[in-house]
Amino acid sequence: MDKHQAYWKANLRLMAICLSIWFVVSFLFGIILVEPLNNFHLGGYKLGFWFAQQGSIYTFVVLVFFYSYRMNKLDKEFGVHEDEEK
Amino acid sequence: MDELKLYTYIAVFGTFGLYFAIAWWARAGSTSEFYVAGGGVHPILNGMAIGADWMSAASFISMAGLIAFLGYGGSVFLMGWTGGYVLLAMLLAPYLRKYGKFTVPEFIGDRYYSNIARVVAVLCLIIASLTYVIGQMKGVGVAFSRFLEVDYGLGLGIGMFVVWVYAVLGGMKGITYTQIAQYCVLIFAYTVPAVFISLHLTGNPIPQIGLGSTLADGSGMYLLDKLDLVVTDLGFKEYTTAKLGSTLNMFMYTLSLMIGTAGLPHVIMRFFTVPSVKGARSSAGWALIFIAALYTVAPAVGAMARLNLMNTIQPAASESLEYEQRPQWFKNWETTGLLKFEDKNGDGKITYVADKEKNEMVKVDRDIMVLANPEIANLPNWVIALVAAGGLAAALSTAAGLLLAIASSISHDLLKGVFRPDITERTELRASRVAMTVSILIAGYLGLNPPGFAAGTVALAFGLAASSIFPALMMGIFAKSIGSKAAVAGMLAGIGMTLLYIFQHEGIMFIKGTAFLGDMARNWFFGIDPKAFGAVGAMVNFTVAFAVSRIINERPPENIQRMIEDIRIPSGSPEAATGH
Repeated sequence: MDKHQAYWKANLRLMAICLSIWFVVSFLFGIILVEPLNNFHLGGYKLGFWFAQQGSIYTFVVLVFFYSYRMNKLDKEFGVHEDEEK
Repeated sequence: MDELKLYTYIAVFGTFGLYFAIAWWARAGSTSEFYVAGGGVHPILNGMAIGADWMSAASFISMAGLIAFLGYGGSVFLMGWTGGYVLLAMLLAPYLRKYGKFTVPEFIGDRYYSNIARVVAVLCLIIASLTYVIGQMKGVGVAFSRFLEVDYGLGLGIGMFVVWVYAVLGGMKGITYTQIAQYCVLIFAYTVPAVFISLHLTGNPIPQIGLGSTLADGSGMYLLDKLDLVVTDLGFKEYTTAKLGSTLNMFMYTLSLMIGTAGLPHVIMRFFTVPSVKGARSSAGWALIFIAALYTVAPAVGAMARLNLMNTIQPAASESLEYEQRPQWFKNWETTGLLKFEDKNGDGKITYVADKEKNEMVKVDRDIMVLANPEIANLPNWVIALVAAGGLAAALSTAAGLLLAIASSISHDLLKGVFRPDITERTELRASRVAMTVSILIAGYLGLNPPGFAAGTVALAFGLAASSIFPALMMGIFAKSIGSKAAVAGMLAGIGMTLLYIFQHEGIMFIKGTAFLGDMARNWFFGIDPKAFGAVGAMVNFTVAFAVSRIINERPPENIQRMIEDIRIPSGSPEAATGH
């Protein structure tokens, strides 16, 4: 049971990291800090506007795959992965 | 028959033929195949199916138009409808897949060891899904009447028949494989015009890059700067900075859409179809890639369509278009009533400005931005035909997913789960097909005679999903101490609070004149739009559930505690989904 609890803790820690990034790119960069960030530019995009309409979405995609990859490793580390044939 | 119509018939009925062929090939023989496609769908294919399931007529037709007119404020839809998948991937999908049964209310009923919880979840699911499906049915009717000049009702009937064939025959299995085909049709139909328009305006074929590039007209000006200039000249708000209400409203709106997305049962259900927990995790990533393929193009489509529209009506500063010289697409859309001109100052020219007194474009329906875009940009006829087929694919695929969610909650949760647990698998399968047929008929009827509340569809569906289903599922996995009474109290409080706020603004069930507390200021709660209230409802749900749990000191029984322990780890994943 202890092993399972340690696994769950590690999962929660990873989740906290990912959700912080999720919050930062969308709510912080795309909404709360949009005005100061708009003073910077990415090509023709104002930076805050870019985060709100493009950057946050790309980050979400990377985040989900990163989480999936890390969790698969955690599963093996703690020996709670599914049978291989599936 | 003119060329455009011929192409449109070929595109629309060609794709319908494809869906029928797939439906025949993927017939369902067991309840497991009917509810979860036998649980053997590859994660990438499931990701594609989720993409089509998720991207509705609203995403395909309305979203770019919304962004075109809201500018930066439209970002709430872009972030909200994609960010929800991050929540889904980490907080719900893997655990619900591990649990390994058929429906969302089934999990809620088992986890909270309560048929009341299960029935409350079924009711939320049915209301949310049914209101959502009305919008799809209307989209089908509109697409037919505009592109094929078929009567709205007949168009709706054809759409209902197509969905009926593959949803009743194949259940989840048929729906999955048609959704994969529909995804390909819709993404192709969305991307092709966008590439052409981006190439034409900026010389760059990739719309996401074109939006941030300089214009190809030799001015060397960035497209977005030009757009800002054109719209502010006419008195509209600056495109790249126009907010949707306050910063707080945008924050809550985005959060509500994210939580609502993660709580919509027809999307969650799709995660039951993959073979493993690992598959559920990666499937969410693939789904998001396929969704992002449209959602990162949409802001380019919106901005470019707005610029094209402005340039057509106002070719140069203080030089308006003569009404008599309006282009063909303008005339086409005038006949549908979605575009309206009124010569207020009698000069025969079109004045399009923000000032309502002087503005002569009295109606520019936002939905035409995607549908008319190829015409505005002078693209070939086959591209326009493709957009018609794509819009129909988006509407039909989402309708099928919603109808399956409704049918399975009736046959599996209400009939088999609560009222007649003794029925055989064959009877249940037959019942789910009957439930599906009845749901399609009801959805069709409501599409033909939209009730008052159809207008508030999105607010209601997302509000309910965010304030009831998402918190119940999340606490079910992450908070072992929450028992049945606390969960039911939380759900009822969350729904109650959300409905109170929506109905106070829009009227009870959106019936005009029943808005109680009518003399209150609009958006009275910190200026938050009723559509953005789901997040507040969710917080109420969490708070009430934890408070009740603390006060009555309720602990779920031992076997439930063990079940939660079990869904938290991937190993020992049940084969329950195969069902036989």
